[in-house]
Amino acid sequence: MSRPLFYGAGFPYHKIKELPGKLIVLEGTDGVGRSTQINMLREWLEKQGMAVSDTGLRRSTLTQGGLDAAKSGHTLSRTTMNLFYATDFADRLENQILPAMKAGFIVLSDRYFYSIIARDVVRGADPVWARKVYGFALRPDIIFYLRADVQTLVTRMVHGRGFDYWESGMDIRCADNLYDSFLVYQTRLIEKFDEMADEYHFVTIDATLSPAAVFSEIQERIKTLLGLDPPLG
Amino acid sequence: MLSPHNYKGKLIIVEGIDGSGKSTQIDLLYKWLKTHGKSVYFSEWNSSVLVKSTTKQGKKAKAFTPTTFSLLQATDFADRWENQMLPMLRAGVIVLADRYAFTAFARDVARGVDPEWVRNLYSFAPQPDLAFYFQVPVSVAVDRILSGRSTLKYYEAGMDLGLSDNKVTSFRLFQQRIINEYDQMIDEFGFTVIDGTLPVETQQKLIRKVVKREIYRWKGLPTPAIQARGRSGARLVEAEAQPAAEKTEAS
Repeated sequence: MSRPLFYGAGFPYHKIKELPGKLIVLEGTDGVGRSTQINMLREWLEKQGMAVSDTGLRRSTLTQGGLDAAKSGHTLSRTTMNLFYATDFADRLENQILPAMKAGFIVLSDRYFYSIIARDVVRGADPVWARKVYGFALRPDIIFYLRADVQTLVTRMVHGRGFDYWESGMDIRCADNLYDSFLVYQTRLIEKFDEMADEYHFVTIDATLSPAAVFSEIQERIKTLLGLDPPLG
Repeated sequence: MLSPHNYKGKLIIVEGIDGSGKSTQIDLLYKWLKTHGKSVYFSEWNSSVLVKSTTKQGKKAKAFTPTTFSLLQATDFADRWENQMLPMLRAGVIVLADRYAFTAFARDVARGVDPEWVRNLYSFAPQPDLAFYFQVPVSVAVDRILSGRSTLKYYEAGMDLGLSDNKVTSFRLFQQRIINEYDQMIDEFGFTVIDGTLPVETQQKLIRKVVKREIYRWKGLPTPAIQARGRSGARLVEAEAQPAAEKTEAS
């Protein structure tokens, strides 16, 4: 059991002595297979008898309605959007993640604030400002960065859910159609993630491999983190 | 701490605790500037339509923590800044703001967030040309508020801090903390301090004097009426304005 560490000042009004749970983050651009891995991890950890909680971006009850409405309008400017996402993230961190960790849960987070920063900075936010905004954020126990090149992502999009307006960065019109905009936008995002990999000590996983191969790599790391004994026999 | 701006317009803001009389004063200033043919724009704290539903929902459910409250108000400010105040300042308008980033620096810090963190949130906002701080003792503000309406609201009274179970006591303690934060900012941000216990007219006189000095010889965006007069009736206006213009030059 360890004392919680934050990137900045944390929550000064909220004295947290110990957090018995663990925070495991899966990061990466759209289409790298984060949710598939989270589902597999959850099942596996629960089989080991652990209490697991999962959380994703934009799931806060406080901001869900407001964010959806804002995104469907046209007046959501850059800084406003940055701060709205930060509000949502803070709400989930304080009201879902921290309480679960206090209760000893393993929290699986589908994305963390690194994704938000990448998205903000690609849209022109000051990288130093954006990082300081998340000074309240808890340092995860481990961060997996599922990395795939743009061509892999394109294949998965075409054979999956198709190109999406936001995932293609059409709000900043990187090109005049979804496909070309997707290429430009996702390439820029990958650059931002790569820059953050050292800074935030990401464990980079090659997400172009099969889901099973990706999973076993993640599994090995988590076994070490949680001190899980190797299986009998 | 906040960086100076070089927009064509002027940014004038008022700060102070609830019941300090700042809204009355900025309203009078607004009307005065308008009657003197200035292009003026008014913006009020926590008035963005974009985040309104979230604020309402959060307040009703008492779902805010000091951090989420601070972030949501910063979102509200950012929306008003990017879509209203900034374009107006660029156009050369006098922007009047009832509360500014300093409200967050005072109130959010009184709620327990880190002072440096909240200052960074608002670092995109420039230093105003004039920042009036209405200084009043808590007792005066409490009396004004309680005589105007019957009840204090949950967050307004700082009930989320658990300072007291009694709303009025909690309000006093919370507002005193805010005053302490404001007082510390007077030099940091160059506030023009106005004694909020003075008669309304006396305060307004002082404010107008300071504003007059700030906009002396400053050319902002003309109003449509003045612009039209300047074009179609140029000769007529010239004849009227001649002696005055000479007088100004001579002085």
